Amino acid sequence: MGRFIVRRSLSALALLFATSFLVFSFFELIPNYNPARAIAGRNANQTTVDQVAKKFDLDKPFYVQYLNTMKLIFTGQVIDYQNDLNVVDQFRQRFPVTLSLVVPAAVIWLTVSMLLGSISALRVGRLTDRAVMVGAIIGVSVPIFLLAALLLYLFAYKWSIFPNTGYTHFGDSPTQWAYHLILPWISIAVLSIGFYSRVLRSNLLDTVNQDYVRTARAKGLSSRRVFRRYVLRNSLMPIVTLFGLDFALLLGGAALVTETVFNLPGIGQFEASAIGNLDVPPILVGAIFTAFFVVVFSAITDVLYAVLDPRVRLTG
Amino acid sequence: MAAERLLEVDELQVSFVTEDGVVKAVDGVSFTLDRGEVVAIVGESGSGKSVTAMTLMGLTRGPNARFAGSAKLKGEELVTASEDKLQKVRGEEIAMIFQDPISSLSPVHRIGDQIVEQIRTHEKISKAAALDRTVQLMERVGIPRAAERARAYPHEFSGGMRQRAMIAMALSLSPSVLIADEPTTALDVTIQAQILEEMRQLSRESDSGVIFVTHDLGVVADIADRIVVMYSGRVVEQGTLNEIFYDPQHPYTWGLLGSVTRMDREPPHRLPAIPGQPPSLVNAPTGCHFRPRCPHAFDKCGEVPPLESHVNDDPSHLDRCWLDVDDKRKRREVEDGRIGLGTGSVAA
Amino acid sequence: MVYEPVSRSGADDDPDVAVVPLPSGSVLAGEYPDKDPWSEGQHAPAIGPWRLAGRRLRRNKTALIFLGLFLVLVAMCLLAPFYSNNIAQIGPNTNNVTGTINVRGHSENVVSLDGVPIGPTFTRHYFFGADTNGRDLAVRLLYGGRTSLLIGGIATIIIIVFGTLVGLLSGYLRGPVDAVLRWLMELVWSFPPVILGVVVGTALAFGGIGPIKGNSIFIPTLIIGGIYVPYLGKPIRGEVLRLREQDFVDAARVVGISPWRIMTSEILPNAMSTITVFVPIMLANCILLEAYLSFLGAGVQAPNASWGTLISDGLPYISTTPTFSLIPGAMLVLTVLSINVVGDGVRDALDPRAQVRIKT
Repeated sequence: MGRFIVRRSLSALALLFATSFLVFSFFELIPNYNPARAIAGRNANQTTVDQVAKKFDLDKPFYVQYLNTMKLIFTGQVIDYQNDLNVVDQFRQRFPVTLSLVVPAAVIWLTVSMLLGSISALRVGRLTDRAVMVGAIIGVSVPIFLLAALLLYLFAYKWSIFPNTGYTHFGDSPTQWAYHLILPWISIAVLSIGFYSRVLRSNLLDTVNQDYVRTARAKGLSSRRVFRRYVLRNSLMPIVTLFGLDFALLLGGAALVTETVFNLPGIGQFEASAIGNLDVPPILVGAIFTAFFVVVFSAITDVLYAVLDPRVRLTG
Repeated sequence: MAAERLLEVDELQVSFVTEDGVVKAVDGVSFTLDRGEVVAIVGESGSGKSVTAMTLMGLTRGPNARFAGSAKLKGEELVTASEDKLQKVRGEEIAMIFQDPISSLSPVHRIGDQIVEQIRTHEKISKAAALDRTVQLMERVGIPRAAERARAYPHEFSGGMRQRAMIAMALSLSPSVLIADEPTTALDVTIQAQILEEMRQLSRESDSGVIFVTHDLGVVADIADRIVVMYSGRVVEQGTLNEIFYDPQHPYTWGLLGSVTRMDREPPHRLPAIPGQPPSLVNAPTGCHFRPRCPHAFDKCGEVPPLESHVNDDPSHLDRCWLDVDDKRKRREVEDGRIGLGTGSVAA
Repeated sequence: MVYEPVSRSGADDDPDVAVVPLPSGSVLAGEYPDKDPWSEGQHAPAIGPWRLAGRRLRRNKTALIFLGLFLVLVAMCLLAPFYSNNIAQIGPNTNNVTGTINVRGHSENVVSLDGVPIGPTFTRHYFFGADTNGRDLAVRLLYGGRTSLLIGGIATIIIIVFGTLVGLLSGYLRGPVDAVLRWLMELVWSFPPVILGVVVGTALAFGGIGPIKGNSIFIPTLIIGGIYVPYLGKPIRGEVLRLREQDFVDAARVVGISPWRIMTSEILPNAMSTITVFVPIMLANCILLEAYLSFLGAGVQAPNASWGTLISDGLPYISTTPTFSLIPGAMLVLTVLSINVVGDGVRDALDPRAQVRIKT
């Protein structure tokens, strides 16, 4: 186990470094892109552009820029191009919002998918199964921003059940906090429920044909027990891996569409505006941030997998 | 002293509805099993032997399965029994050993736990007591260091050990009937003999009745008291071990026997085989199912031959063939008194 | 009674020779004139897995209905110019703020004096209404669909071609080729598609790349294709790894067939069913990703429009005129849904699972 941790940490560092380097160099490669000019504005004269360039070290050679930027990031001092904000501070402030968005949504989508996938498999071919599968396939076909727009229109404007946009801190008012987040939670959950319930159903139907399930029945175990202990357990394992990656990506800000539509001041919103302006520092920090979570969660899922399936040995 | 009659199977029929048509997997199978007996069900793939065995435990039930006939365990009907009733019977009265122990045991649970689960499903005893019994059982079937090995997972066992574990699990509640579905097919030949020996011993000790499903006549010769030969869903011949091996009445049985290489004879130029393949179960031939492959077929074979006794009215030796008894004896001798399928010409 | 044995050809005198009994027909045909007894018991003629899959797919009514729907949608969008020129008689980018049209007898302003555009007229002009610039929404819808489908379709082709190529080379050749390709695939695969797409899309929208201008639709096409290549490449690589261990590959190698020939004529045909299953999945994903990117401004650029840009344009008006966003949205969902249903049908046809009921 100790070796596992050491090896994983080393490859994690390598990955973070590689990610930051790649993202940074990508912006060097963009043709016709002069960040100084983009920041200074279209009508700025050359002097202004030069000043901007000096301010952000944009006139220095590539590797110098890279090292400086990384140093600034890790000392918490890096500033974004557009608004002169401290990027790390922004991330720190905005992370709880993203967390409030992603964690409850994940809980909702996990529980509902498990339920729907199981019910569907238990009643395979019957009406319930068909209905669930229809719902699931529609869920997978609707882009999140569209669902968000639709929910916003119906529930916030037309029927005024939920507030339009904005975010209330949990500390200020838990009910308002939840109230503002329900529509965003649903937007994220629907797509994932569609996907995960289909995957679970498929895994369940595969597992139920396995020989060891037949043996379990031959032992006289009740159908409920056979399902819980043998069928479900074996079917959940691939889902663990999928979920780990999805959750990590969301924490890193992949929910930017939802945050934009519902005007939630989370990491995704910050990243979205930075990307639109080709504002490198936030993009860079965002990439490292996401990569960090991906690494952590993939290690967690690997450990979980090894716990659930004794045939798997932990490798670096 | 008449042994207790454990199983009575009467005209059992099992069909499956598939996208290609209705598959008649078992078409009227009847046999009995008494305490202490070993009955071998012999046949090739598709003969219906496994489906018959699994139907006794209700493992073939499903939305596409159709059943007819009866199978009684100590007088109680199994085919139409409720699922609850069957769950009580499984493991406790009838237990099954499957063919491939690596896929038949759950890979994520410990072996000891799986056996304990079997015990505790039917008996109210503590985990510790069940574990003790499990270890004893494992020792009895020949697994060394049983207490340690009980905490191991199936993939940590060798093939032979896994099968022994399955046998231990099956015998844990001393069932009246033990069904073994090709238990040695997936094992090395050297291990096969060991396992067979163990099984024979154990079943004698526990006095259960054993149904041994296999395609291997060599295995059968070792342990069976009575043999039921199945072909394409039907019983084509049944009788005692000696009757089948020394006075077989059905051409299919001759073919089976003829294809076994014997150590006490000269090896033939070519290994004799039964030509052709088993018929489709969706589009079965009318009359005798073996007719298309039988060199001795004639016009009456277009009618289904009834399963009857033809040899001195011996009620235990039945076969399903229209040929006259003397004619059979002439046709089955291939050379030097060897029994084989023959070519249809009558030996002088 | 004498029983006539069925006559046969072959060496009757050699008991060790296995002889296949030939149907004689004569004796038995006489007694059962309507049936050839030897045809009973025959197994149905074997047909290849593709024909079998085709048969299963044809039996799947739902999949066929949605395939029809998809084809209708595609046809409608491809015929956008026809609709624009002959029916609506207005282009997708033609502003018409001050114009008036004749609706069911009376004349109306396309855009009213206080800026409210006309709603759906369900006639040939402004079928779905107009936007604030007086543009015909139905025409824009069809042209947008054309763009979305073109981008999705070409991107899918790129993915299939390059994903298969990379998977084949990587899985079969192994060694340094595999190491490099795998590393590249992991790299692209590790970034969330939306974020990667938006970054690259925004960047390239600036200055274009090479001879391709910044607002060409080839840019999103290439980006989307590039992003999803690893999503096909990795599974194909896995499939190739599995296949190359099979005996038939050894046999080919022993005979001296070149690696390239082995890859294309031995391994590739066996991977075809995996590839086929991925086509609808990739198509649906490409169309969706293009919608995401265009919605965020990193995909299709003005003056081109796609369903994604239309939805984005309509978002500010969501409270007053939801149809601006929801109609292109509905078209998008219908299209992707149809592809997904057909995709499910294809997957089931190629690899059906016996339905077993789990009891509780």
